[in-house]
Parts: sequence; C-alpha cells; structure tokens
Amino acid sequence: MTDLLPFLKNLISASGLSGHETPVRQLIEAAWRPLVDEVTVSRVGSLHALKRGISAEPRPSLLLAAHMDAIGLIVTGINGEFLRVTEIGGLDARVLPGQIVTVHGREDLPGLIVQPSAHLLPPDNRSGPVALHNLLVDTGLTSRELDPLVRVGDLASFAQPPFEMAGDVLVGHSLDNRASVAAVTHCLDELQGRKLLWDVWAVATSQEEKSFAGASTSAYQLRPTLAVAIDVTFASSPGSPGHKTFDMGKGPTLGYGPNVHPGVYKAVKNLADRLEIPYAVEVMPRHSGTDAYALQVAAEGIPTMLVSIPLRYMHTAVEMISMKDITRAGRLLAEFAASLDLEFIDNLTWED
Amino acid sequence: MTTIHDSPKTRPPRITAEQLRLLENLTNACAVSGDENEVRKIVLQEIKPFADEVYIDHLGNVLVKRLGKGEDRLRVMLAAHMDEVGFMLTFNEDKGDGIFRFDIVGGVSTSHLAGQPLWIGREHVPGVIGAKPVHLTTGDEQGTPLSIESLRIDVGPGNSGKVKIGDRAAFATRFSRVGPSLRAKALDDRLGVATLIELVKHAPQNIDLLAAFTVQEEVGLRGAKVAAYSLDPQIAIALDSTPANDLPAWDGSENERYNTRLGSGPAIYLADSATLSDPRLVRHLVETAEAQGIPYQFRQPGGGGTDAGAMHKQRQGIPSISVSVPGRYLHTPVSIARLSDWKNTLALLHSALIRLTPAILQVERDAP
Repeated sequence: MTDLLPFLKNLISASGLSGHETPVRQLIEAAWRPLVDEVTVSRVGSLHALKRGISAEPRPSLLLAAHMDAIGLIVTGINGEFLRVTEIGGLDARVLPGQIVTVHGREDLPGLIVQPSAHLLPPDNRSGPVALHNLLVDTGLTSRELDPLVRVGDLASFAQPPFEMAGDVLVGHSLDNRASVAAVTHCLDELQGRKLLWDVWAVATSQEEKSFAGASTSAYQLRPTLAVAIDVTFASSPGSPGHKTFDMGKGPTLGYGPNVHPGVYKAVKNLADRLEIPYAVEVMPRHSGTDAYALQVAAEGIPTMLVSIPLRYMHTAVEMISMKDITRAGRLLAEFAASLDLEFIDNLTWED
Repeated sequence: MTTIHDSPKTRPPRITAEQLRLLENLTNACAVSGDENEVRKIVLQEIKPFADEVYIDHLGNVLVKRLGKGEDRLRVMLAAHMDEVGFMLTFNEDKGDGIFRFDIVGGVSTSHLAGQPLWIGREHVPGVIGAKPVHLTTGDEQGTPLSIESLRIDVGPGNSGKVKIGDRAAFATRFSRVGPSLRAKALDDRLGVATLIELVKHAPQNIDLLAAFTVQEEVGLRGAKVAAYSLDPQIAIALDSTPANDLPAWDGSENERYNTRLGSGPAIYLADSATLSDPRLVRHLVETAEAQGIPYQFRQPGGGGTDAGAMHKQRQGIPSISVSVPGRYLHTPVSIARLSDWKNTLALLHSALIRLTPAILQVERDAP
C-alpha cells in the first residue's frame, strides 16, 4: 500500500506547471509502475498506466483521469534585481503578494512575490489590489547575480512547504489536483490482486489548467469505453457561497450535469450507497471545469463521470484537504472498476 | 575627541555562522506585541553570562546593564524591540470548523494576508488565512481589496479546540539565506535584537552599556518609554529595521522615494514622524563611519518611527538617534535584508560606542 500522506506531500513539493509536468510525472510513474502492467507517456506529456483485465479481447476499458499539472507563473521580463511574471492557470492576484516561489532558471532560485509601493505603480493601479503585471519577484540576488540565471519564459512554482493539521488534514499548494492523483494511486493499490474483467487506464493528464489538452488527447488515443475524471471541488469555507460548496471531510462529490452520463452517474451513486461511502451530489448545470468536459467529447464521445474531492481555498498556496476524502474517492473508484461486467455498457441506455 | 582604544576584552563583534544561527532562531520565534515571551527567552539565555545586571520590568522589557571601567563613562542606552506585527484571534465563528475572526496587531497591510500560513498561540498550532477560490470570484470582487472583515483564520476542524480567542498568530515563515540576502519574517526588529545581543557581548569599556530589549514597539513604543525611564541614560540609540522601498518605478523613471536602499549600509536617521535625531549623534555616527571606512546611508527624512520616539522625551529629555538595517517588505510575511548591511550596522555601532566620550554632550545640540 502506498503511504498516501508522504506520497502526496512529495507530489505537491515537485514542480509540474501546465505543459511542464515532467518532474511530477516521474514521481507518479515510480509509484504506479509496480501497480500496473504497462506505462507510457503521451505526445503531450500525460502518463498512461494500464492494468489489464482478464476478459477476452477486445476488452472494454475504464479510463481514470486525474490532472497532474499545477498553476503557477512564467517570467515575462527582467528589470535589474526583479522579475516580472504572468500566470499559468487561473489566479486571483490578491493572493500573491508575500508568496514564496521557486524560479526555475538555469538553477532553481528562491523567489518572493512582492508589491511595489503605490508611488512606483502606474497611476491607474495606485489604489485597490495590485494587478499581476505590476507585481515583481525578488530573488534576493543582485542584478549581476540574477542576470545569467533567469530568462524570459522561465517558470515559477509556488514554494510554500506542505504541512499537516490535526484530523488527517493536509495544507499546501497544488493539492488541486495532485490530491486526485493520490486518490487514483489509492485505487490502484486497492485493485492489487483483484481480477478485473475490464482494462483500467490510470491517466495523469497534462495541461488541464490551460486547455484540457492532456485529457482530450489521451481519451482519443486510448479510446476507453468509459471515463471518470477525478478532480477537486469547492469545500465550504469563509466567503464561499454555501450552495456551491461541500463539507470537507464528509466524502467526495459525484458530479451531475451535462458533462456526466446519467447512467454512469447512477451506477456510481448506487455503488457508493451500497458500500456506505459518504458522498454529496454536486450539480453542474454547464461546464464542469474539469477533464470530464474534454473526455466526454473525445472521438465519437465517451460516457463520462466526475468524482471530486472537496478542497478549501482552491488556487491559493494554502489549499486544504481531508486525507480521508482522498482514500474514500480512491476506494469508490476501485470498487467501481471491479464492479464492471461485460454487460455494463450494453445496459447503459438512454431509455429509463 | 579622544579615542579610547579597544582592549582585548572588547574585540570587535563579527557576524559568523553562530550569529546567523542566532538570527535564524530569533526570526523563527514568534513574539507578537504583548506576548514577547519566546524572544525574551532567547535574549536572556544569550546575554546573562555577559551582564552585570539583568531584570525583566513590569511590561516585559529585558533591561541589561554592562558597566565599563574608569572615569567619565557615559550611560548609553541601546534599544531593540523584541515584538513583531501579527494577529489576535477575536471570535470563534464556526466552533466545529476551526474558523476564527481576527484582528491585526501593529501595522500589517491586509494585501499580504490571503493565502498565508500562520502559527497560532504558544504551541504554534498551524493555521491559514484562506481566500475565496478565484473560480467563484467576480471581476468586481477581484478589483476590491480583501478586508479584515472578509478574511478568517482557519486551523482546520481537528485543531478547533487547541486555539482560543486572545491567542496571537504570527506569519509561519522560516528563515533562509538567499545569495547575499537574508529572508525571514520579523527581520524588523530581530536584526536589531541580534545586533544588540552582540553589542552586549562585546561592550566597549568606555561606557556603561544599558541595553533594553523592548516590548510593544509596534503598538506605540510602549516598552521603550518605561525602559528609558528606568535606565535613565545620557544618550539613547534605537536599533531597528527600516523599509527599503528601492524597487523600480513602473515607467523606468528614477525612484526618488526609496527611504533606504539595500546594500548601501546602515541607515542613519535624521527625522521621522516621531523623532528629530540629535545632531551631535548624527555627526558622531557619520564621522565614525567615514573614519572607519564603513558604508552608511541617511534614511530619507519622512514618516515612520522607532523606540527613539519614546526615549528622547523621557525624563528631562535624552539625546537620541536611530540606526536601522534596511529591509524590504517589512510587516509582510517575508522580508529581505542584506547580510552586508547587517555586518556594517554592527561595525558602525560598535565603533561609534568606542569613540563616545562625555565631550559629545558638552557642545550645543544644534551647534553648527
């Protein structure tokens, strides 16, 4: 069994911004390789891990997609001792001043996101929050030391080290969505020694935060019979509207809406009820904002489901998650994979 | 002016790995104004073997006397504040969930709070100040500053009972060295505290050194006020850290309001909003720096204040000045200072003390 807490702490301590996932992919590959029959990397950097089923070929397959890429920053300019940056993925500039980052230059440099005094800012940004393009990164180096080490286009990852809280709670950046990678890892652990009729593709997708490029291309290449995206969702927290959030520590959420096939939804929900795994239903009237959006429309279309883990303070350096919810999600995925028989897809009809 | 030569017992202090370790311990410790216990402990441990007299007064100041030898010794007070800016928990909003309202202690800008980890209470229980996810935030909201009213401290459901109203919270930032720089929380004023510890350890014998490790500077210079009364010095010097606002202007124009610059040496005060420096002490520091070849800069006259603001008007009046190590981003979760500035500050102060004689007070304060 993978010890999930140290594994997840390692995952979020590794860099892997969208489009540059190699460092984190290598950690995931090392953890998954002993748990599966075959591992490959896609053209856009997603990790494909196959656990073969035992039924006759052509075998149906289930794709479990958890994106491994993280949001972060990219250097747009160098001004003396300071760097200018812009975002990779969605960021509220108000959570950035005072954040420590690692600048991935010719060597990794510790950086600090800083806010110049008002009189140093353009007149239209002297009151209110400072826009990202007016923030700077200070590496503590002199310009002479900095100049040979950093170029425009270098990346910067959040550097706040992870820490635990009582009650199996983990805090850190990039838990969106490395927490779901941990859930898929737990699923593979749970499936060890079990005979499955279906193939299972565990996929750590790339570039979700930008364009879903990983999920859409992996789904096309692997052409699964069913797909489940695993992501994080909004946990109830100060300032977040109660009707759009879910309690942390009370189980994963099951997505329901146009991105989700109602038949797969029903099967997963019934299974959770039977296993007494706590969950909440998360209704998503439009775009789910997850890989499910891309998986569903790959090739000729794929019946898709979405399982999410509630997380407080998404897209900040202090995302907070319950480890219990991660193992619950992993177990639910494993039991779902194990429950799939050869008739499942034929029974998946649009007639109620 | 007479120069009293350094005796072997007062060899000049140096900043080596040992002093950096001390600064690391001092900055990792939490001492939000009014609860300076952790820093006080470190200070006491460091200075006790060197002091002729040490006591803790009614406000929590650590007052230290190290007496010199011979006649005509000036009583010189040096003050460095132990406290730092931070927070206090004020209301338990959701008892089961570990979510608290809080207020700020000292001048903390609310633009640096969202997304920061904290240490809460004497046990350093981990907590965070979160933020509403960007996905649920409108463009208008993103254009509005986050207020204390909208922010909360979250210690998680499991630690809900381990913290309580009235507990202090400090930024959970660990000291590190980056290139020529030092990066930590509370460099304001642990740099001053660390400098003062070295000066106590290497006190010149021509003066009576009266060291005050003060409390509550960040909430109104309150410790220094009573410390200066008790120690009753003839001269007082505040050792502090002052902002280096030496960042580039957006349009490439010259930044004319930088306050101080990193790497340009100790900042000598002429005037801030609390104190007009004694001109004799300004001259003494400048002459010392120039004689010793120590780089220095004048802090641009302007706002701000140090313990000198309380000391200079204590009793019948005490000639006072401040000297600061420049620091960027003070009062935020992470500040940056230059090791060379700290070294030069310590060297300047030690040399200036050695050169101090009662003659300095025998000229008119504002004599040309």
